[in-house]
Amino acid sequence: MKTIRIGSGAGYSGDRIEPAVELAESGDIQYLVFECLAERTIAIAQQAKLKDPAKGYDPLLADRMHAVLRLCHDKGIRIITNMGAANPAAGAARVREIARSLGLRNLKIAAVSGDDVLETLKAGDHRIEETGAPVASMANTLVSANAYLGAAPIVEALRNGADVVITGRVADPALFLAPQIHAFGWAMDDWDRLGKGTVVGHLLECAGQITGGYFADPGVKDVAALARLGFPIAEVSEDGSAVITKVEGSGGAVTTATCKEQLLYEIHDPSTYLTPDVVADFSHVTFEQVGTDRVRVSGGTGRARPETLKVSVGYIDSYIGEGQISYAGPGAVERGRLALAIVRERLALTAVQTTELRFDLIGVDSIHGDRVAAAAPEPYEVRVRVTGRADSLKEAVRVGNEVETLYTNGPASGGGATKSAREVVAMLSALLPRTLAKPAVEFLEA
Amino acid sequence: MKLRDIAHSRTGDKGDISNISVIAFDEKDFPRIAAYVTPERVKEHFAGVVHGDVVRYAIPSIGALNFVMQKALGGGVTRSLALDAHGKCLASALLDLEIPDGAA
Repeated sequence: MKTIRIGSGAGYSGDRIEPAVELAESGDIQYLVFECLAERTIAIAQQAKLKDPAKGYDPLLADRMHAVLRLCHDKGIRIITNMGAANPAAGAARVREIARSLGLRNLKIAAVSGDDVLETLKAGDHRIEETGAPVASMANTLVSANAYLGAAPIVEALRNGADVVITGRVADPALFLAPQIHAFGWAMDDWDRLGKGTVVGHLLECAGQITGGYFADPGVKDVAALARLGFPIAEVSEDGSAVITKVEGSGGAVTTATCKEQLLYEIHDPSTYLTPDVVADFSHVTFEQVGTDRVRVSGGTGRARPETLKVSVGYIDSYIGEGQISYAGPGAVERGRLALAIVRERLALTAVQTTELRFDLIGVDSIHGDRVAAAAPEPYEVRVRVTGRADSLKEAVRVGNEVETLYTNGPASGGGATKSAREVVAMLSALLPRTLAKPAVEFLEA
Repeated sequence: MKLRDIAHSRTGDKGDISNISVIAFDEKDFPRIAAYVTPERVKEHFAGVVHGDVVRYAIPSIGALNFVMQKALGGGVTRSLALDAHGKCLASALLDLEIPDGAA
C-alpha cells in the first residue's frame, strides 16, 4: 500500500526554524508543511499590506525559505504553507526571488488566493456569529475578513506540479489533508478518508505540541531534551491509517499521551469537528504505541462537509494600556495591594476614561483570581499589574503612567516598572455560503 | 488525591470559549474520573473565572473527557485584559481538583 510522509515544520508564526531543517535533512519526507497563521495574525498582516502593497505575508517567510528551500528542492520535498497571510501573491514572489538568489532552477511556486471576502461580506446581508450584529454596522472598524478555504486549491496547485504552495487563510488541517488527497487520489466526497486525513492534519498542525512540547510537568510528565524538540512526521497510508513519529535522535517524545492531548486541543464536540472539507469525527479515535516515538492513529472518520465557510473577521476594537511594578521581601503582598489601591484611586481622581479595568497581583491572583489561589502560601515577591481598555491610544497611555508614578509616589521599594499601550485588533466570525468564496491559484516559475 | 495524580490535561481556546481535556494516565481510571469530574464540579472549581455554561464530552476510546466552557476568556482571546488571555493555565488549575478517597 502506498504511503507518504508529511513533516510539520512550524506550529505558529514565530516558531523555531531548525526543526524544519532537521525534517528536510533527515525526515525522509515528501511534504513539508508550515502552519504560521493565527486568527489575529492575518488581520495584522492586512494592516501591513494596506501600508505597503508588497507586504502582508509572514515576517519569517524569508528566513524559513532560506533555511529549507535548497534542501527541499534537491530532495524533491514539496512545501505547503499559509505564510502568504494577507498577501499570498507577494509571498510567492518573495519565494521566487529567494529561489533565484540561491540559483535554484525549475521551481514552480503557487499562490492560493480567494480567502479575502471583506468586500463580499460588507456588500451582503451577513451577521456576526458572536453578537448577531450586521457586518455592515461595523464597516468603519473592519480590518479584514478571510474565509477558511479548504484543501481543493492546494490539491490543484500540487496536481499542476507546484513545488511550493503559498496560501492565505485556509483551515489548518487542510494544509495537511491536501497532500494526502493529491498523493492517494481520494475523492472530495470520500468523507471517511477526508475525516481520517483531517485527524492527521489536526494532530500535526501545532508541530511540537504532539512531540512533547506544551506537555512536560516535571516529576509527573517528564520529557527529554526539550531544547532540541523535534517536530512531527505523519506516515500516512492510502487507506487513511497513519503513524505519528519524529526524526530519530531529536528531542521530545511521541507517546499515546502526547497524541491524546493534541487530539483534543482546541476541540469542542469531538464528533463534530467542522472544516471546509469535511465534518470530521474524532470521537472513536484510538492510539497505539507501536515503537519508540511511533504511535499509530486509527478510528477517525467524517461526514458531508458544511455548506457554509467560517469567516474570521478582524476589526479595531479598542486600545489597551498597561503598567507593572514589582515588590519583594517581607510585606511584599501588602505593599502590592496598597499600590493597586492607589492606582485605582488615582485613575478615578484624574478621570482616566476607561471602559474596563483590571487589577492583578502577579504571583497571587493574576491568573485565576483570588478564590482559586486562596490556599496557596504567600510569595516572596509580587508584581502589580493594572490594565485598562480605552477608546483612544491617548487615554490608554494614561493607565500605565499611573502605575509608573508609584516609583516616587507609592509604597516603599517598588522596582522594575514597565508600561505599554497598544491598539487592539480583535477577531469575530461570520458564516458565508461557500459559493461566495472563489479560490484561485496562480503559478510563478523560478 | 489530586486529579493530577491520575490524569493529564491541555487547554485550548477559541474566541471566549476555553476547552480543557482531562485524560486518564491509565485508562482503567477513566470510569472513576468520568463519575467524579462532572461539568457541575468543573464549573464550581472555576467559579469567578468561567462565567458561562460548562458542557462535557466523553471520548472513552482514549479514556478522556473534554470540557467546553463558555465565557471563560475575559470576552475573547484577542481583546481580553487578562495576563493569560488564552487561558492556557486553566488545565493546571483543574488538575488541582481534589478527588476524595473512594470516589466512585
